[in-house]
Amino acid sequence: MEKKNINKARILKNEALGPEIYQMVLEVGDTGEAVPGQFVNLYCKDGARLLPRAISICEVDRKAGTFRLIYKVLGRGTEEFTQLKENEEIDWLGPLGSGFTLNTEDREILLIGGGVGVPPLLELAKRLTGKKRVLLGFENESILTGDFSKVAAEVAVATTSGTEGIKGTVMDLLEQKEYLPDRIYSCGPKGMLKAVKDWARERNIPAELSMEERMACGIGACLVCTCKINEGPDPRDWNYQRVCKDGPVFNAEEVMFE
Amino acid sequence: MSSREKRPKLAVKLAGVELKNPVMPASGTFGSGKEYEAYLDLEKLGMIVTKGVADRPWKGNPTPRVAETHGGMLNSVGLQNPGIEHFLREDLPFLQSRNTKTMVNIAGRSIEEYVRVVTALQRQPVDFLELNISCPNIKEGGVAFGTDADMAYQVTKKVKAAATQPLIVKLSPNVTDIGAVARACEAGGADGISLINTLLGMKIDIKTRRPLLANTFGGLSGPAIKPVALRMVYQAAKEVKIPIIGIGGISTWEDALEFILAGAAAVQVGTANFRNPRVMLQIIEGLENYLRTENIDGIEELIGAGHELQEGIQC
Repeated sequence: MEKKNINKARILKNEALGPEIYQMVLEVGDTGEAVPGQFVNLYCKDGARLLPRAISICEVDRKAGTFRLIYKVLGRGTEEFTQLKENEEIDWLGPLGSGFTLNTEDREILLIGGGVGVPPLLELAKRLTGKKRVLLGFENESILTGDFSKVAAEVAVATTSGTEGIKGTVMDLLEQKEYLPDRIYSCGPKGMLKAVKDWARERNIPAELSMEERMACGIGACLVCTCKINEGPDPRDWNYQRVCKDGPVFNAEEVMFE
Repeated sequence: MSSREKRPKLAVKLAGVELKNPVMPASGTFGSGKEYEAYLDLEKLGMIVTKGVADRPWKGNPTPRVAETHGGMLNSVGLQNPGIEHFLREDLPFLQSRNTKTMVNIAGRSIEEYVRVVTALQRQPVDFLELNISCPNIKEGGVAFGTDADMAYQVTKKVKAAATQPLIVKLSPNVTDIGAVARACEAGGADGISLINTLLGMKIDIKTRRPLLANTFGGLSGPAIKPVALRMVYQAAKEVKIPIIGIGGISTWEDALEFILAGAAAVQVGTANFRNPRVMLQIIEGLENYLRTENIDGIEELIGAGHELQEGIQC
């Protein structure tokens, strides 16, 4: 069996989408069987920054052999990425982690995204065959609404500052209409995911959540990026599972928020 | 031409057991090997060292468990592991099916807990035991044994009495006199020592103005700690006759060679695996090339060679 390895990718595009939000298009050659919800490890050139940065995959173009990634500047590593120019190379590894399940029987699907958790939902929306409604929450400016409009029946935006869409959060959007989807997929900040989990449970709607946690290896070895997962009928039957390997996507009912 | 015909010998003998080469992962950075099999041929490694195994499942600490630092990282995993029963059922058969030596890292909060794990491993297909008396992330036991020479002696002696495999004791750098702890382990019957485990450190999040790690403190690893680790291996090598496994920030073959020259019979690679899952293969290749270019028959000739040089100068 051929072994996986860190490879070089060529940067086709690396530009600001908004304050502290960038998009990067990487030409990797073979994207593999990348599924929505997976991520790639990107490695800094500065050797003092040892650990890979895990960035979720926003779009995959298998034919062109490219990934579109959207990342937020959160520290020196992602700051370094913003300085990379077109045609420069970057070390990458992936695709990693488990993705969302693509249920073809679902007719009505609700996608709920918050902030930098929105990007992985785009590739998901493109692959799902049912009717998609998309609820997106941001602090100030939205991203990707145009891209979602091309593949979804409905896109609604909320911003906490009120600069775009309704003033509030995705939970306020959920109250504005009668939503009864067959399934919910969600990615975003923990508070939002917990609210989505509770909302879905009250209505008995299956939901998948993509979790985020500080990572080191990204391949399931170091056990730093764990989240609390209920593994049995008893709420005491929980364990810390690995976001990078067992996730990042988990069934909402298993995820235990503290 | 002649150097091409003769392949330099990378094999080393550790407590009577021959390893293909002196390079192995550091416990806790490699799981039980399964996660890395997609990236490298496990059989090329000198040995596989497992994540710490306790007498029952340990859940580990809350997150965040990791913070990057300049040239290093802090972790506060807290020895999360599914326990010895799970290990014997799931991980050991996997390791046994690969043509590789295996060292099981033993975690515990008390002497009794360590002994229970070692007893469960008696006559199992395991080549070495590594006694972790140096994890900074658990409150009782662990590092407490590693920072007190007398306690290190006691725990080594009792665990050794229950062990059927050679026992390596993994030491903490969070001590003032590494030589005293190393001697205590040797006196307690250890077949070898490995050092160093992580250095206790912390990071404060200036946005929240609180410690970043949920556990407040964590263990510092990575290239940043290499000079400290090397110094401690060098010091320990002067104090004991049992073999030493060098650990601490090794990420290149040159790093590995420095530890060997300081007196290590083998080396463990930890944090560097997170940056490059294949780094150990590069280190093995680099060591072999070095021996070939320098016309050295076997790596064992170099173990501790750094000491003789210095003593020569002093004369």
